[in-house]
Amino acid sequence: MQPVRIALAQLAPRLGVLEENLTRHRELLTEARAAGAKLVVFPELGLTGYQLQDLAAEVAMRKDDPRLLGLASETKGLSAVVSFVEEADDHRLFIAAALLEDGNVSFVHRKLFLPTYGLFDERRFFAAGDRLRTVDSRLGVKLGIAICEDFWHLGVAETLALDGAQMLINVSSSPGRDLAAIHEVGLGTAVSWRTLMRTYAQLTTSFAVFCNRVGMDETISFWGGSEVIGPSGDTLFSAPLFDEGLYTVDVELGDVRRERIGLPLLRDERPELHLRELRRILARRTGLDIDEASEPSDDREAGPPGSKATGGGEKRR
Amino acid sequence: MSAAPGGRRSDSNEGSGRLFELPPELAIDTEIARRVIVDFIRNQLRQAGFTRGLLGLSGGIDSALVAFLTAEAIGPKNLLCVLMPYRTSSSESVEHAGLVVDRLGCASDLVDISPMVDGYFGRDGEPGAGGVDAGEAGPLRRGNLMARERMCVLYDRSVVWGGLVVGTGNKTEALIGYTTLFGDSACAFNPIGDLYKSQVRQVAAAVGVPEAIIRKAPSADLWPGQTDEAEAGFSYPELDRLLFWMIDKRRTDEELVAMGFLAAAVERVKRMVAISEFKRQVPPVAKLGPRTTGVDYLYPRRRPGSARR
Repeated sequence: MQPVRIALAQLAPRLGVLEENLTRHRELLTEARAAGAKLVVFPELGLTGYQLQDLAAEVAMRKDDPRLLGLASETKGLSAVVSFVEEADDHRLFIAAALLEDGNVSFVHRKLFLPTYGLFDERRFFAAGDRLRTVDSRLGVKLGIAICEDFWHLGVAETLALDGAQMLINVSSSPGRDLAAIHEVGLGTAVSWRTLMRTYAQLTTSFAVFCNRVGMDETISFWGGSEVIGPSGDTLFSAPLFDEGLYTVDVELGDVRRERIGLPLLRDERPELHLRELRRILARRTGLDIDEASEPSDDREAGPPGSKATGGGEKRR
Repeated sequence: MSAAPGGRRSDSNEGSGRLFELPPELAIDTEIARRVIVDFIRNQLRQAGFTRGLLGLSGGIDSALVAFLTAEAIGPKNLLCVLMPYRTSSSESVEHAGLVVDRLGCASDLVDISPMVDGYFGRDGEPGAGGVDAGEAGPLRRGNLMARERMCVLYDRSVVWGGLVVGTGNKTEALIGYTTLFGDSACAFNPIGDLYKSQVRQVAAAVGVPEAIIRKAPSADLWPGQTDEAEAGFSYPELDRLLFWMIDKRRTDEELVAMGFLAAAVERVKRMVAISEFKRQVPPVAKLGPRTTGVDYLYPRRRPGSARR
């Protein structure tokens, strides 16, 4: 397989100025195409800026909005991931990331996890998505697209990988904080994200692409540091912190196969076990304990010594 | 304390003859702090449609650091430092402010606020506009009026200079309420309001603020010989550490005491923080209409159309 060139658009959107950000996206698409990129990734809410508050409704677009379609029309022969505020038919607002390919809006992911704690207030202004799906891309691999906080929940990357994703893409507007001098890169947030992306790439034996914005909205600064991690957890590229730019990196898509043959972690995943245990946990959490006798029983030990199922009658032969 | 000092790059403060005491857990990456703050200043001004800034330069470390960072962000020619001594202010204050202005090569302005302050409180037995009673005002009233006169001068000068007032208050004084409401805390934006005093010193050393300014005891300079630390009853490193664990690291009183902080100090600082809550917030508005500013009318300060020009 030929190497594929990925462009990371580590830009600084203007808060609430949709037209200007659209123009900037078009320029960067042109630039990325000229540089030979086949996939261009833009950060979370790159079309609108992050700290929107009540502006969210004013910059929202439906997924068939002519402005979004206009941007899509500039993706002939390209794949691009762009992010915006999506207004649904029922007028709920979502933080969304769209895959634009060959002139079309081919897929929209709605942010699943909306941080509403600390400096975040997303749930006040947005609805949470409830679909997690992979999407085929013209690159020949399935993509698993997620937005920022989605990757602070373990199951997301795993589900995407099980659904066939060979490349995980996380687009972010991550506010930089914690400057304690003990951190290896001087910024606590950057250390956390580096750890996450390497972990996901390695455990799902997939490419992990992280595109984080730069610039400032109000009081918060976004730290960039976009990265591409290979399926063995190796760092293929790290963009500088805080510097705006279009960064390109070449990846060998064949690395996924090589890695998965050599390290068949994904083959050995046990989704049926997760499903069973999750059903049980969910039943307990909602007070609707199911009959544990419905679990498959066999001759093996139920668990390590001392572990004991709580509630429900234990049935053993 | 178990936190190890950051050791990635050598700090000019290490070794003998160090400039200041830096509790290890408060040590920050000064290069990133500098980068973020300089970007912040540039962005705040640009988004408001301004290219110039001004600040009150006291001769102390906070305003000196903000002057250095503002000059770096927008160039010294776009910065105006206003020196506003009162007649009893220490001559060292004006001298040290002069050092900063010389080093940066920025514009400066000297406004003696004595006639304004004396005009209200009176002088030499002559009553001022505040009446006879005002003549007996203690240091609290005097200090507050001085801080507010300086604010008036800065905001008036900002019109002439065509720039925004850059704040110079640090996190330590904001948290314990060691500020004058609508006085020294008044500003368009504050670049160092999330840095403890110890961190202000660390960044000041990194950006080259003159050593004499970093070394001297912090003072509001409201009366001869006054120092912050004598007035508060804490040293800054002690106070910063306590605030850091209490607020940033959410330690309970019991945990703080177990860490070695004195119960009385914990109690006192907690109270100082609580009673000064009002100084850190926009005044509350009674909720009456369908949409109320600050409650359910929530827009970014800087949004399309918000720039002055």
